[in-house]
Amino acid sequence: MKKLVDIKINGKSYLMPEGITILEACKRAGIHIPTLCYLEGITEGGHCGICVVEVKGARNLQRACITKIKEGMEIYTDTPLVRKARKTIYELTLANHKSTCPACQKEEPCEIRKIAKNIGLSEVEVELLFKEHEKDRSIINRDQTKCIECRRCVNTCEKIQGINTLIVDGKGFNSRISPPYNLPLKNTPCVFCGQCVVRCPTGALTEKDDTEKVLDALQDPNKYVVVSFAPAVRASIGELFGLPPGTLVIGKLVAALRKLGFDKVFDVNYGADLTIVEEANELIERIKFRKTLPMFTSCCPAWVKFVEEFYPEMIPNLSTCKSPQAMLGAVIKNFLPELENIPKDKIVHVTIMPCTAKKYEILRPDIMGDIDYVLTVRELAKMIKIAGIDLLSLEDEEEDIPFGEYSGAAAIFGVTGGVMEAALRTAVEWLTGETFSNLDFVPVRGMKNIRIAEIDIKDLKLKVAVAHTLKAAQEVLEKIKNKELDIQFLEVMACPGGCIGGGGQPIPTTEEILRKRAEALYTLDKNKEIRKSHENPFIKFLYEKFLGNYGSEKAHKLLHAKYSHKPNWDDIFNKSYEEICKEVLKY
Amino acid sequence: MIDFKVIGTPILLRNIKKIDPESIEAYIETGGYEALKKALKKSPDELLEEVKKSELRGRGGAGFPTGIKFEIAKNQKETPKFVVVNAEEGEPGTFKDRIILENDPHLVIEGAILAAYIIGANYGYIAIRPDYTLAIKRLEKAIQDAYKYGFLGDNILGSNFSFHLKIKRGAGAYICGEETALLEMIEGKRGEPRKKPPFPPQKGLYGKPTVVNNVETLANLPFIIYYGSEEFKKYGVEGSYGTKLFCMSGDVSWKGIIEIPFGVKLSEIISLAGGVKGGKLKAVILGGVSGSLVKYDEVDIEVDYHSLGRIQAGPGCGTIIVLNDKRDIVDVCENIMRFFKDESCGKCFPCRLGTEASYRIIKKIKEKKANLHDLFNLERICKTMKNASFCGLGQTAPNIILQSLQKFKDEWLSHIS
Repeated sequence: MKKLVDIKINGKSYLMPEGITILEACKRAGIHIPTLCYLEGITEGGHCGICVVEVKGARNLQRACITKIKEGMEIYTDTPLVRKARKTIYELTLANHKSTCPACQKEEPCEIRKIAKNIGLSEVEVELLFKEHEKDRSIINRDQTKCIECRRCVNTCEKIQGINTLIVDGKGFNSRISPPYNLPLKNTPCVFCGQCVVRCPTGALTEKDDTEKVLDALQDPNKYVVVSFAPAVRASIGELFGLPPGTLVIGKLVAALRKLGFDKVFDVNYGADLTIVEEANELIERIKFRKTLPMFTSCCPAWVKFVEEFYPEMIPNLSTCKSPQAMLGAVIKNFLPELENIPKDKIVHVTIMPCTAKKYEILRPDIMGDIDYVLTVRELAKMIKIAGIDLLSLEDEEEDIPFGEYSGAAAIFGVTGGVMEAALRTAVEWLTGETFSNLDFVPVRGMKNIRIAEIDIKDLKLKVAVAHTLKAAQEVLEKIKNKELDIQFLEVMACPGGCIGGGGQPIPTTEEILRKRAEALYTLDKNKEIRKSHENPFIKFLYEKFLGNYGSEKAHKLLHAKYSHKPNWDDIFNKSYEEICKEVLKY
Repeated sequence: MIDFKVIGTPILLRNIKKIDPESIEAYIETGGYEALKKALKKSPDELLEEVKKSELRGRGGAGFPTGIKFEIAKNQKETPKFVVVNAEEGEPGTFKDRIILENDPHLVIEGAILAAYIIGANYGYIAIRPDYTLAIKRLEKAIQDAYKYGFLGDNILGSNFSFHLKIKRGAGAYICGEETALLEMIEGKRGEPRKKPPFPPQKGLYGKPTVVNNVETLANLPFIIYYGSEEFKKYGVEGSYGTKLFCMSGDVSWKGIIEIPFGVKLSEIISLAGGVKGGKLKAVILGGVSGSLVKYDEVDIEVDYHSLGRIQAGPGCGTIIVLNDKRDIVDVCENIMRFFKDESCGKCFPCRLGTEASYRIIKKIKEKKANLHDLFNLERICKTMKNASFCGLGQTAPNIILQSLQKFKDEWLSHIS
């Protein structure tokens, strides 16, 4: 129990635990202090100065985010001095930000505007201060003229992912947030997780916008446009249409996609089931034939790139299975022509992802051509709104078969620990040769950054680990390297909470929202009749009709990938996006 | 070679031009390292008491009591502890540390060893700006010689006290003169100030107790330890004991360093330097461009903390930039703000944007394109910087501008169309 100290906020006395910040104390007292650079749980802030308050006896105004309370402290949060300072600082901030509000890619509600309202700023009287910079376009676009250098992205990259792709360069007014030496992002080890995009309060960091191209394809009568959406999309898209976090939106989403003009609506969950049977099969083979262990999951493209860039010696540990998106892409491009009797080159496959790294994944040599466009949840919501579709009033519809059917195991793919649990449901049955009814592997669930669990069923003993965020993954990899951790199977998702906290998800993503999105997916799993991937009838159908056995030669050719330390991305990136499209779509 | 003058008996410049700065023997001959020998026979507590009694105040600008800083660091349980010599002398018009480092490097090294002995530090750094090449060369030689003579290293002079000293070259950023940014720099990070508290004596270099002291402060220690605080207090006036180095520059006939005991009048110092050049006295920028502006009718004032405090000024780091009446105050302010906008580290918004915005307004005023509204904005931005900046740089950057807006209001207004 912490010592309580007596403090005064705006003249009223409070007892607060020692050691908390003024910001926290005011929050507990029900007083809102505006903040900009501060990110709860990630960075303590101290940069912007929007949160300044008056403390009796102090020479200057104090930053509420970093100043700790002390016995007898008298805090004033709304004096003329405080208001004037906040307004002036924010005026300077806005002068530093090139506002192109009507055409900004950042979604409403805009945090920059919100803060202006909070501190009562109505006019910027100082001269505009922003610097013109060239835009850096790749998977994540950087527009430094909009950047106000709040450093949220820098702190996110450092403290959540431990990569430090974005740093502060230069000093004073000439400082800037950029990759080292202002390299284009594509020439850095950036894994395109998009966590910086989610936290950027301005439009300085945004994902590559593909909506226009998808809308064009939908209008093209010669194209057969297929869409599939990822496991975590259904748990979050409702937030962009005013529904509370954690509301599952499936039937209406399918209906909206059909309304947009997609010829078929499939589900990446089908790809997830496919991934599980292949991955479980691979795990069993690795254990039986004493191949490289522990095996790492490979569903998360940011994680795969991370291993390639920073732990190349561990590439053999990565499962060769492609991600659910890539597997489904291969299956659709190769088998849908036969099933539906359409020429392959007419098919355009669009996926809806909670992720920015998936936009990068489709450019990998093994996968290129299988998927044509990736849209984030935010982009899809924008498209639905542009098309004038009222999502909430639509009647529920169902996904198309065969690639729209999925098990409960696939449903939880979007949560940290979900891939592990899904794989265990299949692997444990195949290893023991028995059928189990209790399918919940609770120890792998939860939001702790690293979770280690032991599975002890019959004579089967498995030790597995689950990590989310790449900083946690680094910790696990170092332990494995130093032989401090002996496991057989490791699941990593790069984003906090897994795909439910992905870089393509609605903004904001708080811990509370994450928990609700996760709950929604676990509920979906619980209510599913089929809860194991290998029991999905259409998975069985696919193997019987096209692939043969699990891990067959044909399956390997289509569903497995190769990894390398020096991926030849330059080649791809040196071409313009249009050139790649031409090549892939043969326009 | 920087010219120098002395009023009274010097403490800091006593060896200058008298001994070969590259010879440790010459330093020893004049009584060098005697203070260290004397100190090692006493306990750190006794010495701390002596420093506290001397009422020595930091000479880097803030004027914090050195003895109290030592006491806080000494009372910390964590080890190792560090002594950092702040030789990142960056204030425009300041070159006092340079003259000591170039001409009497052993004085600073001895001071650093004494500080280390008092607080119980075993490691130290001299953080120096990279363009002080001669000083670095002489310090390197001096440190080598001190190791040879057993004044540095393990078991100094047969005692059980060990101290190792290294030179750390900075990259020349002004912000790295701020003590916490200096520590970040030594750790190999981007030179940006840290949050205070904790202060460096509590959590400094690598999170360990650290005293960061200016070169001139440490150069006083051998005298205080050897002759005692009583002797030291014979120099200066109450509240401001000892001597102080002042760097004379600007519109003054003679430029260089003057060592004076505290309490001499500012006008007297200026006339010692041959008086104002090229016109009549308009003002003095005292204590650096982040310091204070003393108007011509205020110069008849004693230079010590107490007296200067009455006109909201202070000796700061010891810079006297004289301005004659041909100088345009707006021009001077533009020059100052240009410096700060380039040297702000960029960590906090009020400083990074405030310096740039006020520079642009001052420029506009100078070009006679501004209106009264711009002048109000300038004052508003400067006040916000002073109130809400993260560290001392941003808090003090608008000092001269704000003071000139009061003291030379008519001149500012004459530029307004």
